[in-house]
Amino acid sequence: MTTAQERSVPKPVFTDAEAGAKEFPDSTVRRYNYYIPQKRKQTHYEDVTVEVQPDPRHYLSQGWLYGFSDGRGGYPLDWTALKAWGSDRPEPERFPGSGGKGYDWPAHGWHEFRDPNEEWELTLYRYNSNVVRQLNQNIAAARQAKAFEQWNPNWVRFVESHVGAWMHVDHGLGLYLFANANRRAPTNMHNNAISVNSMHRIRAAQDLALYNLTLSEEIAGFDGAVHVETWNGDPAWQGVRKTAEALTAIDDWCEAIFAANVVFEPLVGELFRSNLVQQASPGNGDWVTPTIIGAEEYDYAERDLRYTKAMFDLLTNDREFADHNKAIMQQWLSTWVPRCIAAARTLQPLWSQPDSKPPRFEDGLDRAKSRFSGILSELGLQTPKELAQ
Amino acid sequence: MSRQSVAKAHQKIQELAWEPLYHEPVKHYGTDYTFSKAQKKDPLKQVLRSYFPMQEEKDHRVYGASDGAIRGNMFRQVQERWMEWQKLFLSIIPLPEISAARAMPLLFRTVPNPELHNGQAIQMIDEVRHSTIQQNLKRLYMNNYIDPAGFNSSLRNFQNDYCGTIGRQFAEGFITGDAITAASIYLTIVAETAFTNTLFVAMPAEAAANGDYLLPTVFHSVQSDESRHISNGYATLLMALADEGNHQLLERDLRYAWWNNHRVVDAAIGTFIEYGTKDRRKDRESYAEMWRRWIYDDYYRSYLVPLEKYGLVIPHDLIEEAWNQIWNKGYVHEVAQFFATGWLANYWRIDPMTDKDFEWFEYKYPGWYDRYGKWWENYNRLSMPNGHHPIVLEDVDYVYPHRCWTCMVPCLVREDMVMAEVNGQWRTYCHEECRWTDTTAFRPTYQGRETPNMGQLIGKREWETLYHGWNWADVVSDMGYVRDDGKTLVAQPHLNLDPKKMWTLDHLRRCPPLQSPNVLLNKMTPQERDAFHANYIRGGPAGRSAPADA
Repeated sequence: MTTAQERSVPKPVFTDAEAGAKEFPDSTVRRYNYYIPQKRKQTHYEDVTVEVQPDPRHYLSQGWLYGFSDGRGGYPLDWTALKAWGSDRPEPERFPGSGGKGYDWPAHGWHEFRDPNEEWELTLYRYNSNVVRQLNQNIAAARQAKAFEQWNPNWVRFVESHVGAWMHVDHGLGLYLFANANRRAPTNMHNNAISVNSMHRIRAAQDLALYNLTLSEEIAGFDGAVHVETWNGDPAWQGVRKTAEALTAIDDWCEAIFAANVVFEPLVGELFRSNLVQQASPGNGDWVTPTIIGAEEYDYAERDLRYTKAMFDLLTNDREFADHNKAIMQQWLSTWVPRCIAAARTLQPLWSQPDSKPPRFEDGLDRAKSRFSGILSELGLQTPKELAQ
Repeated sequence: MSRQSVAKAHQKIQELAWEPLYHEPVKHYGTDYTFSKAQKKDPLKQVLRSYFPMQEEKDHRVYGASDGAIRGNMFRQVQERWMEWQKLFLSIIPLPEISAARAMPLLFRTVPNPELHNGQAIQMIDEVRHSTIQQNLKRLYMNNYIDPAGFNSSLRNFQNDYCGTIGRQFAEGFITGDAITAASIYLTIVAETAFTNTLFVAMPAEAAANGDYLLPTVFHSVQSDESRHISNGYATLLMALADEGNHQLLERDLRYAWWNNHRVVDAAIGTFIEYGTKDRRKDRESYAEMWRRWIYDDYYRSYLVPLEKYGLVIPHDLIEEAWNQIWNKGYVHEVAQFFATGWLANYWRIDPMTDKDFEWFEYKYPGWYDRYGKWWENYNRLSMPNGHHPIVLEDVDYVYPHRCWTCMVPCLVREDMVMAEVNGQWRTYCHEECRWTDTTAFRPTYQGRETPNMGQLIGKREWETLYHGWNWADVVSDMGYVRDDGKTLVAQPHLNLDPKKMWTLDHLRRCPPLQSPNVLLNKMTPQERDAFHANYIRGGPAGRSAPADA
């Protein structure tokens, strides 16, 4: 006969520690009480995002604890030339007996930004998983349907070289502009939105790279390495490359986001994706590539541009610094519009390469300019004269 | 695309990187380390095509469990003693997580290896995941646990409380100063590789024993991402070791990072596990036993020591000293006692220890009762307001400690306290190693070598300074630790929610004013200061005053 030795395990205990079991002070105060929501009610997104990154101007009473070698810690507001109301007020002084109170929340206008996409972990993984799953299915369906056999040879060359070259733009900006900028902004709302933008770009780059790998396996003679040569040496791409590199060299984090999402993407990104690849593909027997490119187009047009507009709209309508901000953004437009227009024009030879031609380059560029002007108008900015170039 | 092997896909995405031809990316962060370009491989070969669905699947499990916990009335079985400490822990941890995301760009321009940048970008978004999933867990606690106070004010309280300030080092240390010191050695090599084991594995196990299976659900999901981050750190470390000129800095940074992590993480997690649990089975591991397994064996002996052959100078002495602090000097017990002493300046409730707890402590830490038992009996006696002051202001033979300028945990092991005059101010340190960190490591020269990128310790590092001379009721009001009736404190030194048993501002109004030890220290004459120090280091354990006749 065997005896069962009692296992050592924690015993369940009825504690009745659930909400509503008793009434006492604060027993019904079940919302985060340290911030004011953008709308009437606090959203789930706000609850998981707002105030995670502290600020010495309101609650952070002892200030930042670790600094760079120049003694500055945290997220200095002057890492951008733009200003939100309250930015010029000094940090509250602390001294023996000073107390710990700062300015009333939010203390300055940067904290008023909310990502209209309401991105946090649940949404970003859900969204991007859907994208990669759909792309996988599209490509699998194309393989089964032998869709790549319908491509004419010239289109094969176009996709391997030029659609392939775009992955480098996504990768470079995703890492060295957007991911880099996620250390720079003064609130968690900004930095989280920027980091999600970064992942869109890096994912889009990998989507294109892996699509390129599939094509190498599926299409006889498809050169999976030529996109690198195109990016490195094709004169048509050097304007884009030069501009993309210049974007990664920007010091001011707001300028970086502005130049990339307000200027470069409409004038170069959408020009290439929507006004060239998407238009040319069907005529050349390709219904697969538009689904890859379309995913990135949606990332930008429906999500990344959306938060970007909300972010800059606050600044161009700031109650204290609207004029200051608009003047600086106009300067940025004067710098970046000519660079982007020049980059767009150097791409022009691509329009004549497919057998079945897309609409004319100038028509595409006009559409891109019109789209760009519309974005500026929404932000209350003037279309710069350089757009006519 | 979907049929490609991970290795092949990962190889393909290496084609994405390019060397700039026209403009170099902006360089915002500096380092005194030097790297030569090397083809160190990203060992995990993560590709976003598989990464996003993997994370989504992990989310499904986490959120499914969250729904199940609510439907299954988990909060009828959670221990309040445990949940109260989560008010502190979950107010701290989202910031270190998001700071780790912000730290990744520090490495882009300082570690010349594009393959690693890919892994760092994935770590960035992992950390966004961790921060928001933890905020969400706290939100769930706030909505479903009996006492929302302290959860509902979490991030304000975290920013102005001295415990939050201690915890913030575990975040700010990642994002400032020398880029490699911060984002590689402090963050990935020490914090993530060593201390996430106790944070995210040992502590959730204790949560489960206290009826809370959501903390393990969330934090084990978080921990499953940490292996990638550990690999990022390891690859960077091997690159750094390849250059002999870095060895001196690596030795410095390992010493600082190890010691600071020990001081901060062992203080907090040790307290949660030992004093936040109701599970007093004698065969359940103590924090010291967990530490020995997770930190000493798994990290020190299995991870660090093998790196010696690559030239890494391991701080063997400090690893042994950390153990000495935990095992022989009662570091965790001293910290828990201090947190309970200062309960009135917190935003959670601290349950008194009972005879059952005493028995367990004595079994696990022989001699515990002689050191700490009497004080905890006093804590229990003074827990309900009854005409007396909070324990910090009563005569229970506990000398309020000075704060360590570096780690900001008070100087609790009294015999180890040292002082230094820095920038015209007298500072106290809990240990010689913390003095070294401030006076030697965080300086623009190190052992005669220029270290222009090394960071600085800044800020108002002694919390009490801000409230020097204030009445305690005003201190607590100023910090916002008051419930919605306008007078009852969020913090309580017991778990009884009967309003008549709870402390209010009225009770604090009668107390003598708060005094800053550091302000008082700096008012002393040199002779007084020397006498004070000599007396201080004869005090303890358990905060006892120095014997009068010695």
